[in-house]
Amino acid sequence: MLQLSRDDLVLAYSRMCTIREFEERVHTEFAAGGIPGFVHLYAGEEASGVGVCMHLEDKDCIGSTHRGHGHCIAKGCDPNAMMKEIYGRKDGLCGGKGGSMHIADLSKGMMGANGIVGGGPPLICGAALTAKTLKTGGVGVCFVGDGGSNQGTTLESYNLAKVWNLPAVFVVEDNGYAESTASVWSVGGSQVKRAEAFGMPGVQVDGHDFFAVYEAAGDAISRARDGGGPSLIHVKLNRYFGHFEGDAQTYRGDGEVEKLRAEIDCLQAFRQRVTETKLLEAAQLDEIEAEAKALIDKAVADSVAAPPPTEADLLTDVYVKY
Amino acid sequence: MAKKSFRQAVNEALAQEMRRDPTVVVMGEDNAGGMGAPGEDDAWGGVLGVTKGLMPEFGRDRVLDTPISESAFIGAAAGAAATGLRPVAELMFVDFMGVCFDQIFNQAGKFRYMFGGKAVTPMVVRTMFGAGFRAASQHSQCLYPIFTHTPGLKVVIPSSPYEAKGLMTQSIRDDDPVIFFEHKVMYDDEEEVPDEPYTIPFGEANITREGDDVTIVAIGRMVGFANQVADKLQADGVGCTVIDPRTTSPLDEDSILESVEETGRLVVVDESNPRCNMATDIAALAAENVFDALKAPIRKVTPPHTPVPFAPELEDLYIPSPAQIEAAVRDVASRAG
Repeated sequence: MLQLSRDDLVLAYSRMCTIREFEERVHTEFAAGGIPGFVHLYAGEEASGVGVCMHLEDKDCIGSTHRGHGHCIAKGCDPNAMMKEIYGRKDGLCGGKGGSMHIADLSKGMMGANGIVGGGPPLICGAALTAKTLKTGGVGVCFVGDGGSNQGTTLESYNLAKVWNLPAVFVVEDNGYAESTASVWSVGGSQVKRAEAFGMPGVQVDGHDFFAVYEAAGDAISRARDGGGPSLIHVKLNRYFGHFEGDAQTYRGDGEVEKLRAEIDCLQAFRQRVTETKLLEAAQLDEIEAEAKALIDKAVADSVAAPPPTEADLLTDVYVKY
Repeated sequence: MAKKSFRQAVNEALAQEMRRDPTVVVMGEDNAGGMGAPGEDDAWGGVLGVTKGLMPEFGRDRVLDTPISESAFIGAAAGAAATGLRPVAELMFVDFMGVCFDQIFNQAGKFRYMFGGKAVTPMVVRTMFGAGFRAASQHSQCLYPIFTHTPGLKVVIPSSPYEAKGLMTQSIRDDDPVIFFEHKVMYDDEEEVPDEPYTIPFGEANITREGDDVTIVAIGRMVGFANQVADKLQADGVGCTVIDPRTTSPLDEDSILESVEETGRLVVVDESNPRCNMATDIAALAAENVFDALKAPIRKVTPPHTPVPFAPELEDLYIPSPAQIEAAVRDVASRAG
């Protein structure tokens, strides 16, 4: 099965389960009133973030979206510090100053969820430029939603990445809805043909299939690392929750999410594939799921108990020096 | 010491910092010019020649010409800065901020705070500003108040060639995002500028004239006008202190307040539109902190609340003039202590 070792498969499933557990718990805890602000959940899309980021190291950078928790976990950020950040705690990943929409860890090459739709692609061109200029061998990968794919920043970035021949990959995660508006209505033309129009390869993959995403991302990331320039992956997938928590999702069809969960869930598909091919045992997978649950249980308990920032924190971290 | 133009001063700072630090790159539209075209390479060196000669010395990998895509390349500068380069990106005219402001104020300016103090974003955005070029409404504005308003950005407005070189060198070495304003009418101004690199610290105002009666705070091109007025009024027995803040963020509040406490009179000269500009900000600063020292109302000398007009007759009326500054100074000086 491609070049994935058993350890790789364990890591991939662990990260996917951690994301699922993280998001399901944030959903529950938000509804219970424990989490302030806006949160946008990634449950259902795990195979995309993990399938891509399995190819990346800390020196590689990713840009993200409103829906960034999954990308963070896929890139190796600490889920405990992430949960504290989402609770607004002082020892959160960003000191409680960023929250869900701006969660980041530059030491892991995670350049931030982004509160601005389409905010990430120019930044990732910059990260790719750094990698190219300093010859680090790194790449920049930008996740964009179907909504973000219609921003001028994204299309400008396709062009800049092409004309500068940057080691960049654009991953358009098309979950079918930009907020409440269907992507079949809001996206003119096709994502793949848009890539081709800018002179870069584009491919569409089934985002419920970890292995399909992994393979497409491997091609695109190797091309970028080898100096072959940018490319695009159009990942078709689904989200299990609303645009944000509290979204009543009246725009979705009756039973739409239940059917998705029952029939094409990416975790179930992964499980079926690796057990049928006898790469991993069911008991091993159960253990990974239990570990993810324990990790997130602890993250929530720690976050609830953690202290908030203090008044002095309001004024720090604006500048390096002022 | 050799006389150099404002243009040469900025160019020299860029070249010296690029020699000193291999992570410094410049990027922008036509910064070299002629990219992909059949004629001369380094054809323009920037639309007004400020980056001329950098590409032949440092190559296309460090002098990056861009498509006309300000959002993409200003954002790329922010992303490159956060990951290890020191980019100097040229936003040709500050009026074009409208197409890329998100990448400056929501991304670069907020990284450090949003990410809990873990981001360092040493980028410089060089940008031309100011009226007097007959370039009309979309190529003439003084938009520094908008950047000054934004926490996380530093805003630098040099008033002469000497200031430009020292402040540009500091801007490149600085670890925070800096917006560096170059007044397009001043590019050919000349004065003595040292050959060797030097820095001028941010947040330390320059007192260009000293006098006991009136404090004039002036910004950018207006500093020269204020100096002319101060020299003229000296002969009439009105002593003016002229303060060039150099940077509006950080702002050297202490120098301004100390001077107003001594003179009791304040005139602020600002080429930006009058609502929520530096003049209102500095006037409020003085009113709030040294009210008891004031002997006269604070006067602001600014353009009117209009776009920059095209017709030369109108544009000349729009720009604050030495005559308007003189009238404001004479008015406040006439008030008894």
